[in-house]
Amino acid sequence: MSGFTFTIDGTEIAAEDGQTIMEAADAAGVYIPRLCDHEGLRHQGGCRVCTVKAGGRSVAACTQPAAPGQTVESETPHITKLRRDLVEMLFHEGNHLCPICEASGNCELQAMAYRLNMTAPTKFPYLEPCRAVDASHPDIALDTNRCISCGRCIRASLDVDGKSVFGYVGRGIHRRVAVNGSDLAHTDAAITDHAVSADVCPVGCIIRKRTGFTTPIGEREFDHGLIGRKIEEKRRG
Amino acid sequence: MVDELPKARIATTSLAGCFGCHMAILDIDERLIELMKLVEIDRSPLTDIKRFRGRCDIGIIEGGCCNEENVEVLRDFRRHCDVLIAMGQCAIMGGLPAMRNAIMHSDEPLRECLEEAYINGRYIRNTTHGIPNDPALPLLLDEVYPCSEVVEIDYQIPGCAPEGDIIFDTLSQLLAGRFRGFERERIKFD
Ligand code: SF4
Ligand code: SF4
Ligand code: SF4
Ligand code: FES
Repeated sequence: MSGFTFTIDGTEIAAEDGQTIMEAADAAGVYIPRLCDHEGLRHQGGCRVCTVKAGGRSVAACTQPAAPGQTVESETPHITKLRRDLVEMLFHEGNHLCPICEASGNCELQAMAYRLNMTAPTKFPYLEPCRAVDASHPDIALDTNRCISCGRCIRASLDVDGKSVFGYVGRGIHRRVAVNGSDLAHTDAAITDHAVSADVCPVGCIIRKRTGFTTPIGEREFDHGLIGRKIEEKRRG
Repeated sequence: MVDELPKARIATTSLAGCFGCHMAILDIDERLIELMKLVEIDRSPLTDIKRFRGRCDIGIIEGGCCNEENVEVLRDFRRHCDVLIAMGQCAIMGGLPAMRNAIMHSDEPLRECLEEAYINGRYIRNTTHGIPNDPALPLLLDEVYPCSEVVEIDYQIPGCAPEGDIIFDTLSQLLAGRFRGFERERIKFD
């Protein structure tokens, strides 16, 4: 493989042919926010939280190949605001009551809101949709009020588990993630599936029953620091 | 000298909240003494003063609006306070009371909520078999509203309840005129 360099916010990044901007950035210890992209799953480019400016154009860093000599902007005030607005809209599109959510403290959406400083009074309406909870499966529950349609469970089920427990239904703003069956109990979902492992669902939609609230406040993943810190630590060495 | 300056006036209220946020104010612990050198508390459950005695520098709101009285109080706070702070998730986004806004599969979430709470719930013992409708009770709103949907809010202190530290730091920075936002590591929605 041949290598080249490009820059993100002025920092020189080494990349290899075929790497996306995000892959090269991760390797260099530069964190680009993301929600639909997840290690070990194919890229989808759906949430746009990873939007960067490359050569003046807005692109998804998780799908855009890095190019030699490219100038990429990531943590500018403009892009940070855009990402924060996207994250805020994800909160408003579903029903996110963090104080009673078992994912709280481990949730990537919430952690992204912290990282992007989502604290100002909102200008967006709350959609407050009526969405179902599916507790039919003996070991797994789905609280779709919290689903952000990132598709990570779909890709994990299809590509890793060789099943297709989850899939998209509907179009446009009505596009949702659903199970391939009348409910979760009528699919071949199993607690051992990668798709239902704690890491795949970024929020508190896919719930492993009887495991909630086991980690005390103060010891949860993002009680220890901002999302992305593990990637950024690589850079500090 | 600090004590020669006129003290800043602070008012607080609890709307559709659980009083947890007011309890969190007390989590400031002994720094309350330090704070009280700088401020005087006007209308507040802490002083039991029910009406504004004058214009306030800072108003702190716990809870969103679930009834008409909440709306009235919130508007009164906006009229009397230079800076209005929504404190805690209930004030910021409705919080737990807002669960009734999205009760599943219901075209009439408020009715369903009241019937479940007073008539149909499995563990209810309600001798009147009715939904309370005493004229003295403030009328419920169709939904629970975050404060920023009712009046203009200047700052929001996140948390449920916010930690004493973030409350103390925000207030002391605001009083000193040097509040520049929160450290990201300290933002919590729970
Ligand atoms: S899924 Fe995340 S953002 Fe949504 S309520 Fe749970 S902790 Fe909050
Ligand atoms: S259930 Fe979880 S992983 Fe699947 S699409 Fe929704 S948020 Fe993403
Ligand atoms: S934010 Fe939490 S602590 Fe504050 S009033 Fe609401 S429920 Fe109570
Ligand atoms: S992480 Fe790139 S679009 Fe979602």
